[in-house]
Amino acid sequence: MTAPPAAVRLDHVSKAFDDRPVLRDVSFDVAAGQAFCILGRSGTGKSVTLKHIIGLLQPDEGRIFVENEEITGLQGAELGRVRRRMGFLFQNAALFDSITVGENVAFPLRRHSDLSDQEIRERARAKLADVGLERDYDKMPSELSGGMRKRAGLARAMSLDPSILLVDEPSAGLDPITSAEIDDLLLERKRQGTTLIVVTHNIPSARTLGDELMLLHEGRIAAQGTTKDLERSSDDLVRAFMRSETGG
Amino acid sequence: MKHWLQTIGEGAIAILAWVGRYAIFAGRALRDALRPPFEGGEVARQIYEIGWRSVPLISTSGFAIGVVLSMHTRASLERFGAEAMIPAGLAIALIRETGPLTAALLMSGRVGAGIGAELGAMRVTEQIDALEASAVDSFKYLAVTRILACIISMPLLTVVMDFAGILGGFLAERAITHMSFGLYFTRAFSLVEFQDFIPATLKTMVFGFLIGSVASHLGFETTGGTEGVGQTSTRSVVLASILIIATNVVLVRLIFFFFPVVAS
Repeated sequence: MTAPPAAVRLDHVSKAFDDRPVLRDVSFDVAAGQAFCILGRSGTGKSVTLKHIIGLLQPDEGRIFVENEEITGLQGAELGRVRRRMGFLFQNAALFDSITVGENVAFPLRRHSDLSDQEIRERARAKLADVGLERDYDKMPSELSGGMRKRAGLARAMSLDPSILLVDEPSAGLDPITSAEIDDLLLERKRQGTTLIVVTHNIPSARTLGDELMLLHEGRIAAQGTTKDLERSSDDLVRAFMRSETGG
Repeated sequence: MKHWLQTIGEGAIAILAWVGRYAIFAGRALRDALRPPFEGGEVARQIYEIGWRSVPLISTSGFAIGVVLSMHTRASLERFGAEAMIPAGLAIALIRETGPLTAALLMSGRVGAGIGAELGAMRVTEQIDALEASAVDSFKYLAVTRILACIISMPLLTVVMDFAGILGGFLAERAITHMSFGLYFTRAFSLVEFQDFIPATLKTMVFGFLIGSVASHLGFETTGGTEGVGQTSTRSVVLASILIIATNVVLVRLIFFFFPVVAS
């Protein structure tokens, strides 16, 4: 049986900020339609990895491929074309706070589709309904709770129906029930065929979501495999991390 | 402990590095302003926010400045029996220098602080990254539109300030001499020529560019959470004000060179 094509591939990527190495020779493939969880303690380069995949950061060394297209060094319209195939849920949702929740979700559609205003509104309402926020279209982001903001951020990230969804710390700052609700929404995306790349240090969440897990430690890949692979690891760091509830 | 020479040297390097980054930022803004897509809707929205919503501040300040200038001009000219020159003196002072410079400094306070704080907050809350992730050129969408709005709004607001000032001067004069509206305006514009009005008003486009570009640049460079946002806001006002005052010296010199009648 042939392996599914890689949705995302990092090839020997290294990155340093002010001579401080953050990623060191990181290589991995994420198969299309899978959920890939990046684990690790704070400051180990998890979010930096995500930002490389969407082109917010450029690697000092190495290459990055999205759906078999190299994005290393891409800029402007070329990078924009690739980004339209991806959605990004930020750790704090990063909703645009000067416009309503509905307009946040409608924003990518207004920029990148030829739909009429009516169609855009309907589609934005449908996306908000998918995350249980259909009544909150006209609210401002500041009126939402942390969990609601995250759900709205997910609706915005999904507004162009991307094939790849990048998620930065979906559980951060949320109670366990809300966190589980976000996981359910992400699982639903996966069932619909979206490739998920999730940064988390919440081990229960990673167990629920991840087809494959990767543990980053001091900018290097310390372990990679299924949940069972990592639990059976002989490495003390990996076992300690997998035994913890929060990963932190 | 650092030697004082090292401290000065590091400070000088940091300033030069900032000037270099700002020059690149400002140059890119000018280049991108001429390249499609032009973000017309967002520019119009920013003209409303930056320009139209500044009208109350500019007109009120202009009116008050006109009243004060009229009182000072009267005090000076009365000694020489030249009260009839008060309207013309006030109009020339306002149109040539007081109106443009005061409007620019007021705008650097209101708009510079606002742009710096808004973009700084967007930077530290990852909203700028979110724009980029949505395949939107954040530089063009946020910085270029605001800079263009400042460039377009500044001369219009200067005209508002000039006329509000002249109106203030008229009311101050009328309170003392009961001069008619028609006579005051005839005297006010008796010595004003287009060479007085056009270059002085158009030079404020440069001030608008400085306000928009300095505040946007500092906003994009913001780090350090809410404290960083506060610092950006303050620095935007201080730097834009200093640059406006310094640039004004050069611009006045250029106006005198290209329009000798203004210097006479």
